[in-house]
Amino acid sequence: MKRIVSVIALAVIFGATSASAQTLKTVKDRGILNCGSNGSLAGFGLPDAQGKWAGLDVDLCRAVAAAVFGDDKKVKFVPLSAKDRFTALQSGEVDVLARNTTWTSSRDTQLGLNFIGVNYYDGQGFMVRKALKVNSALELGEASVCVQQGTTTELNLADYFRANKMKLKTVTFATANEAVKAYDSGRCDAYTTDASGLYAERLRLANAADHIVLPEIISKEPLGPAVRHGDDQWFDVVKWSLYAMLNAEELGITSANVAEMAKSDNPDVKRLLGSEGNYGEQLGLAKDWAVNIIKLVGNYGESFDRNVGSGSALKIDRGLNKLWSKGGLQYAPPVR
Amino acid sequence: MSIDLRTGSPPARVPFYNDPKVRSIAYQVALCAVIVFLVYGAARNAIDNLERAHIASGFGFWNQTAGFDISQTMISYSNLSTYGRAFWVGLCNTLLVAVIGIFLATILGFIVGIARLSKNWLVNKAATGYVETIRNIPLLLQLLFWYNAVLKALPDFRDSVNIPGGAFLNNRGLFLPEPIPQTGFNIVALTFFAGIVVSIGYHIWARKRQEKTGQQAPVFLVSLGLIVGVPLIVFLALGLPLGFDYPRAGKFNMAGGIEILPEFAALLFGLSIYTAAFIAEVVRAGIRAVSHGQTEASYSLGLRAQPTLRLIVVPQAMRVIIPPLTSQYLNLTKNSTLAVAIGYPDLVQIFTGTVLNQTGQAVEVVAITMAVYLTISLATSLLMNFYNSRIALVER
Repeated sequence: MKRIVSVIALAVIFGATSASAQTLKTVKDRGILNCGSNGSLAGFGLPDAQGKWAGLDVDLCRAVAAAVFGDDKKVKFVPLSAKDRFTALQSGEVDVLARNTTWTSSRDTQLGLNFIGVNYYDGQGFMVRKALKVNSALELGEASVCVQQGTTTELNLADYFRANKMKLKTVTFATANEAVKAYDSGRCDAYTTDASGLYAERLRLANAADHIVLPEIISKEPLGPAVRHGDDQWFDVVKWSLYAMLNAEELGITSANVAEMAKSDNPDVKRLLGSEGNYGEQLGLAKDWAVNIIKLVGNYGESFDRNVGSGSALKIDRGLNKLWSKGGLQYAPPVR
Repeated sequence: MSIDLRTGSPPARVPFYNDPKVRSIAYQVALCAVIVFLVYGAARNAIDNLERAHIASGFGFWNQTAGFDISQTMISYSNLSTYGRAFWVGLCNTLLVAVIGIFLATILGFIVGIARLSKNWLVNKAATGYVETIRNIPLLLQLLFWYNAVLKALPDFRDSVNIPGGAFLNNRGLFLPEPIPQTGFNIVALTFFAGIVVSIGYHIWARKRQEKTGQQAPVFLVSLGLIVGVPLIVFLALGLPLGFDYPRAGKFNMAGGIEILPEFAALLFGLSIYTAAFIAEVVRAGIRAVSHGQTEASYSLGLRAQPTLRLIVVPQAMRVIIPPLTSQYLNLTKNSTLAVAIGYPDLVQIFTGTVLNQTGQAVEVVAITMAVYLTISLATSLLMNFYNSRIALVER
């Protein structure tokens, strides 16, 4: 009896114990995917007025849900702050962390995470008021810079100023909202975060046209979704959900023409869409896993345009995020 | 059984498991065992899971380079310092706001508390309004109010408010001239400290003399002369050996001088004003607790109103005031962790914020932080309990 009580108590105290091994089965049994998301960053993760989530990271989670359940609606988005995101993933509160998270060596090795790839190649930049007449980040010596806590941004900022022998006054806030609000009210001369974030946040400022993003990119910020360390099957499922979107774009399959393309003679297309081979089963998914992703979410290019690219308010150039075949860095291994 | 009755021997000894004494001990031992087992199990389980998930553990991070900057540092710190150093910076910032906050809250609280007992209608109602407004609004909202509504409404650095005496006020903070001691200033400081020591000695001597002979001595005036007057004369005699580093306009902001961050000011105002409302009530309760008969008795012995308050009412009120005052001090210290909402770099913001996030070692970092707050609170309690026992009613 005592033993049973203690076992129950332990399960309550450290409830996340069993979540590590069989995430795919857990998710299927639960019937819904828990996705750690940003919640306040336009283009990556933001619910609209109707509560419908949209963004590049959000699409990745929808793609995983489409692959697992055949239904992209079966996702519960959990908004996480930069500070809390890793704990939420470690403790099993979310199954996937898709929250514009930079892939770094220490996060990969020390936090018990595995990054599944890069869904957005980014770099850190600065935004300043036009009135300051600053044209380069190298002119920011002695400036006060607002920054969000718990991100790689804080370190990059300190490193950049140190490397260029400039003095710096950082004002650190727990969330991006507070940091942007402080910048907007004049507490800081500059606001720094990933360049994509700067474009997104600029839209929320009182007078967006008064602010410019400086040309310097001071760091490499490969943003990628992460899963818990130690569950290779789930790692594969999430990884190949992203690769399916990239491969679909490369093969010219879109949400509009996916039904048509299924009749294609191209062996690469047939393998991806499941009409040849059993690649879906190998992942522990249905045969038409990739069809569901493309039909319900779209390929990577569609997702990019809709959320951050020309079809969105952000209008960010694809730059490094073009496919490898178009001169960018986005490259997915083949389905074979 | 029947044999026992017949022979009339004493009743059979109660079996040990029915002995209430043994039982109660057994229950307590069992409970302790369960608790120890639970705690051990939880700890073991946490360690196993951390290992299985390849999450780093241990305190090795303490001496690693932190790499980030902190806006307010009382001890030397740069982004090349270690996480351990960042911890001390955070602790100093927490203690700074807590100590100054306690000081301000106590003064304000006593003033408002006494004002609530005033017979002057306006003073009384103003104090009541203050207490009822402030203590019924959540502290977090008050901090956000101070930070966003009051301090950020200050002008931009180019339109800084120039305060006479070389100080500037803008939305980046308050910039004061920094005093730079020059040769000879040590002597002034020395006379100041000597003045304090001599004043204490004089105070003790005066009290002893009063107990013996009943003669009073002008302790306050003499102390004032020793602590303020003498150093001032020395300071003037040495030809003002003190320079000032005045803040001046830099490219983006004021440069030089002492900088008081708006985050610090907002937190300090918020905490002091909020806690003062509670202290005011504690003070009022304490004074009310002294029966009016004491005052009347004092008057009938011929004491005037002032000495009655100082010698009869306040010492008795303090016995009632100190214990709840202690918990207000503890509350203020603990509430300072709300700093995280307005970007003041206190222990929680630096250590369980940035350091936790960069190292990922949540268990260690949170455990250290909890231990620190526990230590600060226990130390405050200890000090206040000591003071309380000093002023407790001595029964003769």
